[in-house]
Amino acid sequence: MKTITDSSFNEELINNDLMLVDFWAEWCGPCKLVAPILEEIERDKAGALTVGKLDIDENLDVARRFEVMSIPTMILFKKGEPVARIVGAKSKNAILRELESHF
Amino acid sequence: MTERVKVAIVGSGPAGLTAAIYTARANLEPVVIEGEISSTSDQPGGQLMLTTEIENFPGFINGIEGPELMGNFKAQAERFGAKIHSAKVSRADFSQRPFKLWTSDQTDETEPAYIADSVIISTGARSLMLGLDREIELIGHGVSTCATCDGFFFRGREIAVVGGGDSAMEEAIFLTKFASRVYLIVRRGELRASKIMAERAIKNEKITIVWNSVVSKLNGESALTSIELTNTLDSTTRQLDVSGLFVAIGHVPNTDIFQSQIEMDENGYIITSNGTYTSVDGVFACGDVQDHTYRQAITAAGSGCMAAIDVERWLENQH
Repeated sequence: MKTITDSSFNEELINNDLMLVDFWAEWCGPCKLVAPILEEIERDKAGALTVGKLDIDENLDVARRFEVMSIPTMILFKKGEPVARIVGAKSKNAILRELESHF
Repeated sequence: MTERVKVAIVGSGPAGLTAAIYTARANLEPVVIEGEISSTSDQPGGQLMLTTEIENFPGFINGIEGPELMGNFKAQAERFGAKIHSAKVSRADFSQRPFKLWTSDQTDETEPAYIADSVIISTGARSLMLGLDREIELIGHGVSTCATCDGFFFRGREIAVVGGGDSAMEEAIFLTKFASRVYLIVRRGELRASKIMAERAIKNEKITIVWNSVVSKLNGESALTSIELTNTLDSTTRQLDVSGLFVAIGHVPNTDIFQSQIEMDENGYIITSNGTYTSVDGVFACGDVQDHTYRQAITAAGSGCMAAIDVERWLENQH
């Protein structure tokens, strides 16, 4: 998964038509459970979807901009616009269900 | 495809994984159906996955983080050959032996995922929510099920914790690291928490206890802005401006899928006797799913060990 920061965020949105951003932090247990699932999804959907992770400890600007108040939160951006939001750790199937209609 | 196993363990908290370590070492090749990932206490690893430091688990002089401890339990079970299956049991049939179990990841549900000679139920308990309008919708927007995950976002803000037991004290104390003030909403005029935890909370200058009160309404459009409190003595209401609400009012056992198949008490806890035996011969229960009294990681682990020994002896007597 690509590491996204406050300063690279806008550029990533321009370069990736469909991008899932995982807002996470080192001290968050459920974030660690969901990370390997997102890596799998990235592999399964290679070419169609980019998955990036944004550490909210160091990149609070983007987290604030999208009013993230709970982690993990995963936001799907389509051509720069947020189109889906998943709050909390979920199983692979549950995450894919939320994303499916946007491919 | 259906798999035949000697022992199926349902749930993967301290009870289930201890049962897995013991049955795996006894060459019973257990499968642990560990649950589905979530940010609530009903998830692989159980309630400890949402806690921070555990100070009273014997053997760890300086304490250990909850997720790390559960990671160790799991690795130890896998070292002895326990198979871990990441799914939830969606249906169980205990009407005849061997028992049948279906899992949440099955695409074709005509056949069960497992046929098991014996089953150990260790599905634990999950945190209760308040059941108020818009509570679910506001999760991630002020309402939180995980203080360790979300406390960070309330730096310098005023928030509320609901509950009078040990978990409420623990969450309130933890959240004072971030929040400028933590209102502890307590239904009665006293705390039911242990003395040491109650004292820590009362002495904490950032915690204000609001006695004899319950949360009756959640306010806010896109995010929580205030809560309404109702006084349990005179029914008067008042508003409290908080941007965060953490609920720690107690637990319910995860026994929905076993309803009407196994004997339970009026609160849904599985009734065990003679160790970990349940009303169904060949089905055993351990941990919080059958214990609303002690509810500790160490007692859950202890009863998981008991279940493993009971299963082993029971299986030997079947031949």
